Amino acid sequence: MNSASCAAKISTQPFSLNPTSPTSHDNPLVFPKPTSLFLGSTRKIRLSSSSKLNLHRRSGTVVAVSDVVKQKKSKSTPSLLITKEEGLELFEDMILGRAFEDMCAQMYYRGKMFGFVHLYNGQEAVSTGFIKLLKQQDSVVSTYRDHVHALSKGVPARAVMSELFGKTTGCCRGQGGSMHMFSREHNLLGGFAFIGEGIPVATGAAFTSKYKREILKEADCDHVTLAFFGDGTCNNGQFFECLNMAALWKLPIVFVVENNLWAIGMSHLRATSDPQIYKKGPAFGMPGIHVDGMDVLKVREVAKEAIGRARRGEGPTLVECETYRFRGHSLADPDELRDPAEKAYYAARDPITALKKYLIENSLASEADLKAIDRKIDEVVEDAVEFADESPVPSRSQLLENVFADPKGFGIGPDGRYRCEDPKFTEGTAHV
Amino acid sequence: MAATFHGVGATVAALSSSSSSSSSSSSSSSSSPSNSFGSKILLSSPSRSFSVRKRASFTMVRSEGSMNFDLNFKGRRAQQLIANAVATKADSSPASSSSKPGHELLLFEALREGLEEEMERDPRVCVMGEDVGHYGGSYKVTKGLATKFGDLRVLDTPIAENSFTGMGIGAAMTGLRPVVEGMNMGFLLLAFNQISNNCGMLHYTSGGQFTIPIVIRGPGGVGRQLGAEHSQRLESYFQSIPGIQMVACSTPYNAKGLMKAAIRSENPVILFEHVLLYNLKERIPDEDYICNLEEAEMVRPGEHVTILTYSRMRYHVMQAAKTLVNKGYDPGVIDIRSLKPFDLYTIGNSVKKTHRVLIVEECMRTGGIGASLIAAITENFDDYLDAPIMCLSSQDVPTPYAGTLEEWTVVQPAQIVAAVEQLCQ
Repeated sequence: MNSASCAAKISTQPFSLNPTSPTSHDNPLVFPKPTSLFLGSTRKIRLSSSSKLNLHRRSGTVVAVSDVVKQKKSKSTPSLLITKEEGLELFEDMILGRAFEDMCAQMYYRGKMFGFVHLYNGQEAVSTGFIKLLKQQDSVVSTYRDHVHALSKGVPARAVMSELFGKTTGCCRGQGGSMHMFSREHNLLGGFAFIGEGIPVATGAAFTSKYKREILKEADCDHVTLAFFGDGTCNNGQFFECLNMAALWKLPIVFVVENNLWAIGMSHLRATSDPQIYKKGPAFGMPGIHVDGMDVLKVREVAKEAIGRARRGEGPTLVECETYRFRGHSLADPDELRDPAEKAYYAARDPITALKKYLIENSLASEADLKAIDRKIDEVVEDAVEFADESPVPSRSQLLENVFADPKGFGIGPDGRYRCEDPKFTEGTAHV
Repeated sequence: MAATFHGVGATVAALSSSSSSSSSSSSSSSSSPSNSFGSKILLSSPSRSFSVRKRASFTMVRSEGSMNFDLNFKGRRAQQLIANAVATKADSSPASSSSKPGHELLLFEALREGLEEEMERDPRVCVMGEDVGHYGGSYKVTKGLATKFGDLRVLDTPIAENSFTGMGIGAAMTGLRPVVEGMNMGFLLLAFNQISNNCGMLHYTSGGQFTIPIVIRGPGGVGRQLGAEHSQRLESYFQSIPGIQMVACSTPYNAKGLMKAAIRSENPVILFEHVLLYNLKERIPDEDYICNLEEAEMVRPGEHVTILTYSRMRYHVMQAAKTLVNKGYDPGVIDIRSLKPFDLYTIGNSVKKTHRVLIVEECMRTGGIGASLIAAITENFDDYLDAPIMCLSSQDVPTPYAGTLEEWTVVQPAQIVAAVEQLCQ
């Protein structure tokens, strides 16, 4: 039942990490009782049980940080998980994510950006916990909820905000938009609108990493790819097909499920026959881990192990992060279906508040330090908005660029010349 | 299996009496060289410039099975050697003055040669698909490559088209140059999500940051009683996707050339092969060459009508051309090769000369390549047309299994002859 032990049986390396897999009861996913009746609706909220969850403290493995926070005067606290610098880095990244997304909402309602905008509030721990462990050459593949993944990976806030405003200085020259953030420099491979679509692309990036090491003989190539996607995607064929291929060829990839329990208005329980997504990993021969996605330190510990596995060439890992989005699915979603009690439950587990508490209580940072970071990030975000506002919109000549990497692909026109040589083409007025 | 035709790119269209070196099948009429409008045009040698495109000398093609060009089923199993309607005076063509004699091979071997040469040339080129490795490819296009290059470079994938095509795209974005094989083109319908959304679009939506130099290839078209789902023509489905190029090969020469050009191209290219053409034999040059992805191939210059075709229908057209020549017509035949984008220069030049256009394709009637071609020609060359464009395409019918019905879904040479006669009235 315990997925980590199943995994330990399959994988050669003992993966002893099992911080929060709630094996002590049959219904691991606990929610407040929803108002409407549907399958799996009879679960009760268990607010006080978190201290019971981490039953076995194994030496050197993850400690349930929330326990440390709650039981302030308890047994000797194990050594801290992070240094001051790391702590501040994590804090800053999460604050940036939160502030940026809040600003996006403002800008949207002011008519500066349009279309479908999906905000990441509440899930920052997952992005920060994983991506801050990566090198620049490692790749990240995301979904339409990709602003914060882009920011964590290092894409400047200015570039992301410009992209959202549709300006030519955006990271994709204004051609991608909210759901298609790409950065070659930072190896952010998208930004995909259809769910599940990015997982094969991530698998391909991991394949390239293995290919480089084994065929192109770049012996030190140990680039890892992270694929982020949600609970709804875990019922999609591409998910399963890629789990199979990644495990088959031991690709250096980590599949990160951001299980926020809702796919627009579809509850995870109503859509999935077996809602425990992490169990699907061992079915394909890889470890499956369930972690508390509202706690950045727990996520980080799991991420270290999973990314380490991939770097060492031991193959993929499936990590299910139980998390929550504080806002609706998108800015167009009225968010009426979710129970306010459920929202309150998770709001109390805000990852930023939790980290702040940890930093302060372990004397890693002072209130003043954290306030300074708050202000700094506010400035960064304001600057990003200003920059985006002042940036030019794309001109007509940009319309036909970038359709093809080699513009000869537009073909040969009636006059015998390649169409891309036609001056109207570069003006964007040619009819192709 | 397939075909028997040959020919091409030639300089001179000579009548069969002077060039034929084989006996044709039942449908041959005795060719009389003198013919009212035929002889002068046919025997004169148009400019040698066409031969510049071809350096090969072509010989006859032997068919293992037979293609039923006339509705005569008894002829099916017999070996048919059909004289070409366009005899190339191969030795006299200046293009074949290359020092090496060239080598003869079958179309699937030509594809393999192209692929192998590119894999040797660039270590980033890799192949992925079902049964491409140990099995050597369901049509033997990748035979021997896995032994030579290893299991990772010639990757046997599980049966997950959408995902492994997406994997190819991800690999292309991060620096490799994959060649994805669909065991049958029809299977790529499962990969449509990846091909349309990612393959075609990512270069644009990323603002030009990522290139996707992928080649997606596979056999399609109506085969020999393969049933509806294995007899699909996907050209029409993919043609609207912005950002991809589509080419269709038809001879060993252009198969190798297009394969190499597609691999070297920075754009995503879909290479359409045909199940019945894999055993065509031809002599191709020894030296390295590629065929331009955007150009059409002038198969037979003519004065009376421009026939536009591609892939297997080229052979039906050439079969019909032989009959037409005997009847005194001078059909021009262009193998458009580039299905997206169209080579409007070559097509336009011919239209301006002949003023009549017939399109012969294997695609379905509705929304097919022919439909797009009609639109493009009408838009650009309307002034030059003396008659409405005629388009012969397959019936809008799922390809039946029964041999007789299958015959009638696809365009046959007799229909082509009738169409030209009607057009040239």
